Amino acid sequence: MSTAIDEIENLTRQEYKYGFVTVIETDSVAPGLNEDVIRAISARKREPDWLLEWRLKAYRQWLTMKEPTWANVKYPPIDYQSIVYYSAPKSLNDRPKSLEEVDPELIRTYERLGIPLREQQLLAGVAVDAVFDSVSVATTFKEKLAALGVIFCSFSEAVREHPELVRRYLGTVVPYSDNFFAALNSAVFSDGSFCYVPRGVRCPMELSTYFRINARDTGQFERTLIIADEGACVSYLEGCTAPIRDSNQLHAAVVELIAHDDAVIKYSTVQNWYPGDKQGRGGIYNFVTKRGKCLGRNSRISWTQLETGSAITWKYPSCLLIGDGSVGEFYSVAVTNNCQQADTGTKMIHIGRNTRSTIVSKGISAGHGQNSYRGMVKIQKSAEGARNLSQCDSLLIGNECGAHTFPYLEVKNSSAQVEHEASVSRIGEDQIFYCRQRGLSAEDAVSMIISGFTRQVVRELPLEFAVEAQRLLSVSLEGSVG
Amino acid sequence: MLEIRGLQAKAADKLILRGIDLKIRAGEVHAIMGPNGSGKSTLAQILAGRETYEVTAGEVIFEGKNLLELSAEERAREGVFMAFQYPVEIPGVSNIYFLRAALNAVRKHRGLQELDVVDFTAVVREKIQLLGMTEALLERSVNEGFSGGEKKRNEILQMAVLEPKLAILDETDSGLDIDALKAVAAAVNAMRSPERAIVLVTHYQRLLDYVTPDFVHVMAEGRIVRSGDKQLALELERQGYAWLEGEVAPVSRGWS
Repeated sequence: MSTAIDEIENLTRQEYKYGFVTVIETDSVAPGLNEDVIRAISARKREPDWLLEWRLKAYRQWLTMKEPTWANVKYPPIDYQSIVYYSAPKSLNDRPKSLEEVDPELIRTYERLGIPLREQQLLAGVAVDAVFDSVSVATTFKEKLAALGVIFCSFSEAVREHPELVRRYLGTVVPYSDNFFAALNSAVFSDGSFCYVPRGVRCPMELSTYFRINARDTGQFERTLIIADEGACVSYLEGCTAPIRDSNQLHAAVVELIAHDDAVIKYSTVQNWYPGDKQGRGGIYNFVTKRGKCLGRNSRISWTQLETGSAITWKYPSCLLIGDGSVGEFYSVAVTNNCQQADTGTKMIHIGRNTRSTIVSKGISAGHGQNSYRGMVKIQKSAEGARNLSQCDSLLIGNECGAHTFPYLEVKNSSAQVEHEASVSRIGEDQIFYCRQRGLSAEDAVSMIISGFTRQVVRELPLEFAVEAQRLLSVSLEGSVG
Repeated sequence: MLEIRGLQAKAADKLILRGIDLKIRAGEVHAIMGPNGSGKSTLAQILAGRETYEVTAGEVIFEGKNLLELSAEERAREGVFMAFQYPVEIPGVSNIYFLRAALNAVRKHRGLQELDVVDFTAVVREKIQLLGMTEALLERSVNEGFSGGEKKRNEILQMAVLEPKLAILDETDSGLDIDALKAVAAAVNAMRSPERAIVLVTHYQRLLDYVTPDFVHVMAEGRIVRSGDKQLALELERQGYAWLEGEVAPVSRGWS
């Protein structure tokens, strides 16, 4: 075996860098799920009755549903009764008024992750709504945003302060009955982010949230709701890392986006949950439902994701293109290394006339990783003049990984134009030798090849994330791909 | 500059080089010719550090160092360059980015300051003009969608930017039309210098119409069977490689 290949193996052997546990007292409910647990969660959050009722309806629906088995992933059965459904850092029961009041241990955690909250606040112009386990610990730039009428706060706060907006939009894109994991989330969601951008307002800064799972064996059920009113424009960044632990953890989030006439929502994700060790022990099960509704004319929703973490990823950020001339975009890099499995892609549902969608998916598999692209393009009868372009590329590193593509296409209007391109390539010894013969180390060569392969997607990320994205790729692929 | 002594090498248990001896001094241009399968490309690849071949005997000394102990990237940084017979595509990585990364890796190794984008652009522009190439080539992904001729010229551009001490051109002339061949030859001639040695590995004599070698070596069955000056190349052109078959020492086939 040549040293170039050895070098790749060394790189893919690198351990997860962000594995550490922050010691903080937590306030949790007992493991297990029943109506009492849901009532307890709702009571702790002092929720109105309508929301409790909604949760209970979701729970009752969930009881009748079966966990989906169609995804190309394998994992042992999940015991939903052994999961803790609510956990909040205890030190936050007295809400901090400013960053200075935030538990210094938390701040140190973010700093070790390379997310210096203070510096971001001062330098980067990013409003950070940091979620530690389940409760927001710090919200910045709120006042500046408030002056423009932009609401950006934790989901719980939105329920308290803006119940009419939450009630109007919650579940309108992803109904609680949508799927098994969405129903579970609707029943037990702990917190998340809420954003409303009023008519004609361009949000002046990237909105950003960092999620982090910390308490042991705590399922995390985030709920995010973003509404861009007529002509509004917002860019939202979501990034996450999680510490090492032995038992698998369930993460079942729901994200709903609503874009009215001429509104633009750009939703970017860097996902770096703990992927498990090289033997496939531990790691996050990331079963996420993300969907956007292009409700208005000429509205646009753009999903960009860089998925490097999680033991299992099950995720299909989708667009419902309802408004005439609306646009849906999906740019994705999914990395699977060691024993990671990803089944990810998108659904573009064309309903309005002259709707357009673009799909660019880049899958990278290393080690024993299994990477599947699953995408659906559906052109309804009403979608006169709809267009779609899909491009799915897979890159293999080594001989024991796999790449799979499952494109589904349903066209009911003959005026539609739909194109699909797919490719599979391998980082070959030839490419690496070529780079080394020009003086680059094997590590830099792999990094450069990966960066070239993913460039089309990474350049869609907001500048604030691009550097972190490259670093993550390097850590998970150079160290495990890059 | 380079001394090869008794070099033997095999790939997948097949002996390909059966004892090569060759001495190359700075400032010289050597042509290595031979029929397909004679081992000339293998020799080039082994010098460049390709690990698919196993050296079973002999040694290679480059500037006083044991070349075989150095990794491919260390050799490149020490000044060994090979223009590939089949240049590799790297999608999404711009040519200029790749060139700068390569040059900076070499400069860093030599204790020189790495060049920023502005300084590097100036360097590469000069080389582009020298080689009569277009700048459009720089923004395209490395070799992706390049024609055969563009790929070969891109190799020459890399050579010009990296300014190696020892440049090995592995069948750079193959697949080129006459205009491209002339352009490559002109670039090679421009690179000739008293500090630099150039090795042209080629199947045909025609490149040597434009680049006059100081020495010509003919390989057959893993050995250099004849060495001479440019007249040897012309003689080969007239008589074909069959003329040399009697020169090969008898070796029982399948001996390895």
